[in-house]
Amino acid sequence: MDYRNHFDFIKNRNKFFGISAALLLIGLIVLVAFGLNYGVDFKAGTSLDINAGQTVTREQVDKTFDSLGLKPAVVSISGNNDHISARYDTILSEADVKKISEGMKTAFGDKVSQEVNTVSPDIARELGVKAMIAVAIASVAICIYVSIRFEWRFAIAAIIAILHDAFIVIAVFAICRFEVNLPFVAAVLTTIGYSINDKIVIFDRVRENLRFTRLKTSEDLSNMLSNSIWQTMARNINTVVVVLIAALCLFIFGSESIKLFALAKIIGLTSGAYSSICIASPLYYLLKNKSLSSKTRAAAVKE
Amino acid sequence: MKRIVIFILVVLVTLGIAGYTTPSLVNNIKLGLDLKGGFEILYVAEPIEAGKQVTQDALKETARSLEKRADSLGVAEPEVTTEGTNRIRVRLADVKNEEEVRKSMKEPAELTFRGPDGTKEMIGSDFVEGAAKVGFDQSNRAQINIKVKDAEKFKKVTEKLVGKPLAIYLDERQLSAPIVQSVLSDGNATISGNYTYEEAKELADTINLGALPLKLTEKYTQVVGASLGQLSLHQTVEAGLIGAILILIFMVAFYRLPGLVAAFTLITYIWLLLGAFWLMKATLTLPGIAAFVLGIGMAVDANIITYERIKEEIRSGKSLLSSLKSGSKHSFRTIMDANITNLISAAVLYYVGNGAIRGFALTTIMSIILSILTNVFFSRLLIHLLIRSNKFNKPSLYGVKEAEIRGL
Repeated sequence: MDYRNHFDFIKNRNKFFGISAALLLIGLIVLVAFGLNYGVDFKAGTSLDINAGQTVTREQVDKTFDSLGLKPAVVSISGNNDHISARYDTILSEADVKKISEGMKTAFGDKVSQEVNTVSPDIARELGVKAMIAVAIASVAICIYVSIRFEWRFAIAAIIAILHDAFIVIAVFAICRFEVNLPFVAAVLTTIGYSINDKIVIFDRVRENLRFTRLKTSEDLSNMLSNSIWQTMARNINTVVVVLIAALCLFIFGSESIKLFALAKIIGLTSGAYSSICIASPLYYLLKNKSLSSKTRAAAVKE
Repeated sequence: MKRIVIFILVVLVTLGIAGYTTPSLVNNIKLGLDLKGGFEILYVAEPIEAGKQVTQDALKETARSLEKRADSLGVAEPEVTTEGTNRIRVRLADVKNEEEVRKSMKEPAELTFRGPDGTKEMIGSDFVEGAAKVGFDQSNRAQINIKVKDAEKFKKVTEKLVGKPLAIYLDERQLSAPIVQSVLSDGNATISGNYTYEEAKELADTINLGALPLKLTEKYTQVVGASLGQLSLHQTVEAGLIGAILILIFMVAFYRLPGLVAAFTLITYIWLLLGAFWLMKATLTLPGIAAFVLGIGMAVDANIITYERIKEEIRSGKSLLSSLKSGSKHSFRTIMDANITNLISAAVLYYVGNGAIRGFALTTIMSIILSILTNVFFSRLLIHLLIRSNKFNKPSLYGVKEAEIRGL
């Protein structure tokens, strides 16, 4: 098929580089200035998830906490107004937790059920560090595999795009001040796995097209890449739609504690699909074009 | 004709087996604490005496004593594991008397040697650390050699109790009740009895632990109410089912006949993954269900890559059969490369991560392997049967419009 009248992602690369760079820069600034909004997993403290078994109002909940003399740092009501999340910046004693649980039962009846999390932050930090090590090792391993099966330029372009996706998730969470807990780490880690899939599919097509195309000019390269992108477009869109359906369902219908995880996945999936087309492929163009122009120069010298 | 019969048979038999076994599979999968309620505590152990090291033996012994304590408090199937050099993770489900259990778990193990009237004659710290060892007597029976710090004190105790039992207790549990044979004045003693080597080793470990009890600090606790756990399970499974059904509808709407095959192989994939969970006795947690649901989306990818490729081949004017053949061949390499890179990242996660992340990685690894089996090989076989049956030759059945087909 002829894709000449389709949008050219390679020629418009600077726009995409600009958008991504801007988003990453804002994310970085927010990250440096305010850090992430760490949840209980990363901060010493206690968090309570209480299901009241009936609809409650903000007023009722505040009154209950007040009467117990245990005012949480943050309280939110979600679900069908029957789910109370409370966070304390100090670690509550077991006696206090019991007091809350009994106070809630007095206020909202016996159907009250709760989840209590207490943590010392070093365990979560340790996991965060481990996650970063995992990302680093996985990146190197993927790089080696892609270099063997494809070529090093694909590996470099893919890795940059994948790290871009992982960082976009972190940046969006930092900018929107969403709470960061352990499942968030898992979401970022799995974003990498999904994102690499996407890049491989496009690069595989590029590899195939490379065998049938003689590249002489940057124009040839750009056209070939643009064609490869459009040839795999249906697959890329359909796959991301399918995985997004799953993630959106988890986000909309899933339980409270899985919602933020699903949201992180949604951001990561979207970014993964975007970066495969708009970041990884143009990056490959830049890398390949260099060798192309040096070859042309070499040929010119010979003549 | 024959091929279509085989196709229908394969589909019906698979659906039959899956439909028949799924309820019992689902009921037999082990649920995590976040889904059935209970609590999880991560302890960091340090010796009560400053400047001492936590040994691997002491850690294991402490874990064992925690398990026994939970048992004696009426907690079913306590799960106690050691992690790293100084951590113990305790998972208890279905706990009624939470406060009592938590308080009791935190207390250091107390080793006592008691006389027949119950008086505590010796305590753990009276023994030399790490000195309890398993030895053998002349007739090669296992015995335990111990050493006390204060020989004079031990001499007095043995003087008082010659011919009487000096029972060994860990907390309130009697481990053994050896009889004092003679007065021992050099601070060394052997405990003999009809011990197997394992029993003797366990007793020696316990005495060593008693000599250097570990202090446990709660580093992380998660307490989930039983009905909240069920609610999470219910909501998330429901979300997963809605997602799965929407994905199946999408596939059929978009890819028509092959989409139908994909829907069927996806169901097979879900069933096999449930089976794998059951076989490996893996524990399903809330993030695990999320990984499972997202995995369905990823698994479809193999089908989508193949079908898009087949569509392309049909459009280029090839016959259905040769489109299928070259489409499958070309897409296979793509699928393998994509999945192997994904597998590499999952394997790294498994290797580096711990706890929840490990479970996640394992789910991913299993789902990749099963996905290739069902959504590549099984799916290809079924479509082959359909195309070879010559009953479904219209390109529109494969989502390709006649007008798009290029003449050769």
